[in-house]
Amino acid sequence: MNFETVIGLEVHVELKTDSKMFSPAPAHFGAEPNTNTNVIDWGYPGVLPVINKGAIEFGMKAALALNCEISTDTKFDRKNYFYPDNPKAYQISQFDQPIGHDGWIEVEVEGKKKKIRIERVHLEEDAGKNTHGTDGYSYVDLNRQGTPLIEIVSEADMRSPEEAYAYLEAIKQIIQYTGVSDVKMEEGSMRCDANISIRPIGQEKFGTKTELKNLNSFNFVRRGLAFEEKRQEKVLLSGGVIQQETRRYDEATGDTLLMRVKEGSSDYRYFPEPDLPNIVIDQKWIDRVKETIPEMPKDRRIRYISELGLPEYDAMVLTATKEMSDFFEGTLANGADAKQASNWLMGEVSAYLNSEKLELHDTQLTTENLAGMINLIADGTISSKIAKKVFRELILKGGDAQGVVEANGWVQLSDPAKLLPIINDILDKNEQSIEDFKNGKDRAVGFLVGQIMKATKGQANPGVVNKLLNDELSKR
Amino acid sequence: MNITNYTVEELHDMLVKKEVTAQEVVKAVFARINETEEKIGAFITLTEEEALEQARKVDEEGINPINVLSGIPIGIKDNIITDGTRTTAASKILEDFIPIYDATVTKKIKEATMIPVGKLNMDEFAMGGSTETSYYKKTRNPWNLDKVPGGSSGGSAAAVAAGQIPVSLGTDTGGSIRQPAAFTGIVGMKPTYGRVSRFGLIAFGSSLDQIGPFTRTVKDNALVLNAISGHDANDSMSYEGAVPDFTAGIEAGVKGMKIGVPTEYLNEKGLEVGVKEAVLKAIETFKSLGAIVEEVSLPHSKYGVPAYYIIASSEASSNLQRFDGVRYGYRSTEAKTLEEVFVKSRTEGFGMEVKRRIMLGTFSLSSGFYDAHFKKAGQTRTLIRQDFDNVFKEYDLILGPTTPTTAFGIGEQIDDPIAMYLSDILTVPVNLAGVPAISIPCGFSNDLPVGLQLIGKHFDEQTIYKAAYAFEQATDFHKEKPNL
Repeated sequence: MNFETVIGLEVHVELKTDSKMFSPAPAHFGAEPNTNTNVIDWGYPGVLPVINKGAIEFGMKAALALNCEISTDTKFDRKNYFYPDNPKAYQISQFDQPIGHDGWIEVEVEGKKKKIRIERVHLEEDAGKNTHGTDGYSYVDLNRQGTPLIEIVSEADMRSPEEAYAYLEAIKQIIQYTGVSDVKMEEGSMRCDANISIRPIGQEKFGTKTELKNLNSFNFVRRGLAFEEKRQEKVLLSGGVIQQETRRYDEATGDTLLMRVKEGSSDYRYFPEPDLPNIVIDQKWIDRVKETIPEMPKDRRIRYISELGLPEYDAMVLTATKEMSDFFEGTLANGADAKQASNWLMGEVSAYLNSEKLELHDTQLTTENLAGMINLIADGTISSKIAKKVFRELILKGGDAQGVVEANGWVQLSDPAKLLPIINDILDKNEQSIEDFKNGKDRAVGFLVGQIMKATKGQANPGVVNKLLNDELSKR
Repeated sequence: MNITNYTVEELHDMLVKKEVTAQEVVKAVFARINETEEKIGAFITLTEEEALEQARKVDEEGINPINVLSGIPIGIKDNIITDGTRTTAASKILEDFIPIYDATVTKKIKEATMIPVGKLNMDEFAMGGSTETSYYKKTRNPWNLDKVPGGSSGGSAAAVAAGQIPVSLGTDTGGSIRQPAAFTGIVGMKPTYGRVSRFGLIAFGSSLDQIGPFTRTVKDNALVLNAISGHDANDSMSYEGAVPDFTAGIEAGVKGMKIGVPTEYLNEKGLEVGVKEAVLKAIETFKSLGAIVEEVSLPHSKYGVPAYYIIASSEASSNLQRFDGVRYGYRSTEAKTLEEVFVKSRTEGFGMEVKRRIMLGTFSLSSGFYDAHFKKAGQTRTLIRQDFDNVFKEYDLILGPTTPTTAFGIGEQIDDPIAMYLSDILTVPVNLAGVPAISIPCGFSNDLPVGLQLIGKHFDEQTIYKAAYAFEQATDFHKEKPNL
């Protein structure tokens, strides 16, 4: 029997607001435990939540970028459960009126494009963190408590672990472009739970699904799902049944392990949050937020191909991150040729960043100095060979390209009036080479060019040198 | 001096004229408390030293003649957070809880340089109508020590009625200010929902809770409400509109004022004869003062009690989850696992009535029961609110008894929760609608005070005060004092 895999993903994305969702405490990563907290985050008696309007707008922005409809009447609800990292014993979330719904994104797997529908995008507050010490105590850190989150719930539209991987990549890229989150899985600002089931091909009814947790990278999501689809297939083929359960991905083995069997759905006793007013979002507000959404990667790719004439591959690589894409556009805005800028960014720049494990903003390279250097190549001021030296200076120390070239005396020698005396001087000293040339030995030209380059410390324009040398040789 | 006899206005006058100092007033308060507290049991915590220190400061700085409340002692119900002063909500689970911030109202009364003298007894987490569910003590009705003072703000009412303090703050979720005010013959105001910030009020029913003042006169009450009202950025449900001076025009009288008396309130089955008589007399008084009093109908008010108990308990079941023994308050010493920390701390820390409401609320919110209970209660609430809106299209005020009976005996209803809940029948519709209402003394039945309830439009406390003041001027009930 052949099976079809059905996957739906729940992605949590932490919003990069200055303060928390419902309290004025700072919402920053990496502080000493419990320092970024206040009485509201502790769930102290008597405290009340106050909505961070910035978080609402970030949520709207993300939802709009994911092609969602925005709910004009939205509200918060309480989701009740006991846990030490959940100080109020309820999480303020959104139950039946999420801020965004009915969205979609496009993914591409093995050259095939596919739309994945998004059921909903809702806002909620993050929980704190429990750590279990070796001293027999468990520790609660509430720094993360109250950090604004959006939960992006896909429809069960994915049919393979590869599609799930592509979906995550696309979500990450889109959210990153909107600027509302760092979307870093390693820092926990993006998290993913996966639901997976299989069914015989042709069957319409979904099979029983399992939920995978502890998927801490895109690769783990892909591997965990791949393991799980095989496991389910084995169970079914051996006559067993799939239990509705939550399974934990084991990073070491790549297996999924049973955490708990679900008996029906947990009863979170959702009800409308009485401490917060409903939020009415009018079209004006939606339009205002829409205007703040930058061009999405997909649109940029189309533009790079059709307007700048870049190959599809270049367009893909350049738009992979917003930073790279913005840098590319900035370089163009500073007068560089699109293809040249693309070549440098995809070539030398990317190689440097990869080998040093840096990002563009960690270096001294700017859109101005990169464009300046590309223009110096274009107008013949420097050779491509020299350019590599200029580039190292720029990315390490900064400064402007012209200045670096002048300070190092790297200007290319193209003026015949200056080059001719040098060429003739070399010819005078190498009678034998002239003889060889006249006897048809082409190697002699290479030797002579080498001598000229040596005499000019590599600054002679090779094209000009070649032409002048040929002219002079024919005169002798 | 005998603090018993003075109103806020009178005390202020004496302070301004330097006939008395704030320190003398505070000393008199504690003398009166020492004299009567054994009988009354109004306070859970007294803060004499801090109060005297505060009074010394007020005396040093001098009384501002414009600030009527400067140097006036005040008691605070123990579910209102006070920085540095133990706040228990009358529960074992918060036995040793000393907060590190002030509720907005606490901040406001401190800014007005009023002098907090202690924290007042109440039903545990404000759940009850007799102050008997307090973990700490029983409070007795100053008019008859065998009777309850009402609840949940029983300590706040009894302390003012017993002349221990001229002013206290209470909270009202389903009648917890008005019912004890009625039972103890004083003035108690539940402002419009949103008028007074709830920030720092230990939540019971979040969509219903309001803080309000107890005083011995109507004008004193308006003066205190002036000080505690206003928008608060910390309470998203607080009203953004301006706060009028509630004493402005208070003497204008009720001539031509249209007052509706709900048929349902006067024909309530359990209505005590003496209560009905006192209210009918009050109606005559209003008519004689020139008000137009007519019968009106609040047809859905009979569903008020069930709707209220579902909504308030549901919200409470969620609000009280934070008391889990993890971060503050009582933690069971028996607990060995995480689950046990939660379960044992709560089992040992909460009293019977609180547990009953948590169970009622948890049940009402559970999947499969939500629609028939919580959702239905919400729809009922809308109908009740519409009842009030309809009457207020034609009438300025609604008048009726505050409670069906006068104060009942201690121990009489504590084992019969349904009977206890039904005594809220005339007060809960007001909370469900969010409108303001006052209880003022309007007579006696079997030697116990009877409360008259005046209900106003949203954010129209002024009309309530105007009518209450006119009634008070025309009668002497507020001058009656219990013999202690």
